[in-house]
Amino acid sequence: MKQLVIFLIAATGGYLQQQSVVRSTAHETRNNEQVIRISASTFEFNPSEITVRKGVPVVLELTSQDRHHGFKLSAFELRVDIKPGAVEKVRFVPDKIGNFTFLCDVFCGDGHEEMSGTIKVVEQ
Amino acid sequence: MNELMNRRDLLKLAGMGVAVFVSGTTVWAGGTRQKEKMNDSFYFVQLSDTHWGFNGPNINPDSQGTLKKAVAAVNALDDQPDFIVFTGDLTQSTDDPKIRRDRMAEFRDIVSQLKVKTVRFMAGEHDASLDRGEAYQEFFGDLHYTFDHYGVHFIVLDNVSDPMASVGEKQLQWLRADLKQLNNDARIVVLTHRPLFDLAPDWDWATRDGAAVIEALLQHQNVTVLYGHIHQEHHHMTGHIVHHAAKSLMWALPEPGSVPKKAQIPWNAAEPYKGLGFRNVEARVRQARYEIEEFAILKG
Repeated sequence: MKQLVIFLIAATGGYLQQQSVVRSTAHETRNNEQVIRISASTFEFNPSEITVRKGVPVVLELTSQDRHHGFKLSAFELRVDIKPGAVEKVRFVPDKIGNFTFLCDVFCGDGHEEMSGTIKVVEQ
Repeated sequence: MNELMNRRDLLKLAGMGVAVFVSGTTVWAGGTRQKEKMNDSFYFVQLSDTHWGFNGPNINPDSQGTLKKAVAAVNALDDQPDFIVFTGDLTQSTDDPKIRRDRMAEFRDIVSQLKVKTVRFMAGEHDASLDRGEAYQEFFGDLHYTFDHYGVHFIVLDNVSDPMASVGEKQLQWLRADLKQLNNDARIVVLTHRPLFDLAPDWDWATRDGAAVIEALLQHQNVTVLYGHIHQEHHHMTGHIVHHAAKSLMWALPEPGSVPKKAQIPWNAAEPYKGLGFRNVEARVRQARYEIEEFAILKG
């Protein structure tokens, strides 16, 4: 099986954290999908920088730690509401390479404008 | 008058039916305007994004003074405007309802010093999104409304009290009903906070159902939109509708898409108040033409 590695850069640590999500049980049971858990809280996403591989299906599992947030990734025409107590799953296949911004599009307070992140799509 | 720059450049925006005077002087605002006023001309002042309550010394070390300087500058205009509009984000957002109301009360006290007493307010997301406009309405009244002045129909639209940045179907119906009463060539000025078009959706610079608003407005020939939110001067056309964004009175933001991540532009001690300011809007009603004169805030 082709080895897939997802690099997650911790939002607050600022260091490159290699996480072998692909090798996890969740990945194995999801037909080669890249599974990424993203936590939203005022006023950040964690992780806020994510690297995925082109052509490999991605599942984002989004949760909120505090209040109603939004997740919008317009490059792939994705958006979803994230509310406390629920896990929102978003599936897409990254079909283009580059850095793509995602953001909270539900106004959540003083630092809302800063609440964004980047998904980097690289060649397999 | 020392708070106004002494340089004026005229930029003609071809096809936009507007002239923009950058960094205006008050010399221009003298007697000629009084004569023109009798010929279907009047002017008003637009201030925006004052964010009263913001505290960030690296962004604006004069956060307590900038709005007051603007009020003094408007009061110092040789010829006072017919009215003044504030296009949203009067206050900086806070989770605390009491602090929110304290900030609104302080803001109201400061702008009560304006000589011109006809002041039209509208909300920004910082004022209204966390409580759907409850506190804002206590202090400043309705979130959407209309008024008329010398033949121009002004429509104040609320695209902020819904935290998801929608105008909403109910307000859209209200808008369509209002427009239906107007002739196709009516002079219409829309005042709102967010851009109604997709200026930069990845920076949250859009209105989710703005296309429906624009579609309704396109039925009329003479429509101009004045808004705030993006903290800079910007001009854009959707069909024959022209949209003008105003500067902030607290911090500047980069041009849309010019940097990977939107962020407040830090204060530059060598150029204090750079990018901050307000504007005069002169309406020439007969020609359905608007002339915008930009004023900078200078260290006073």
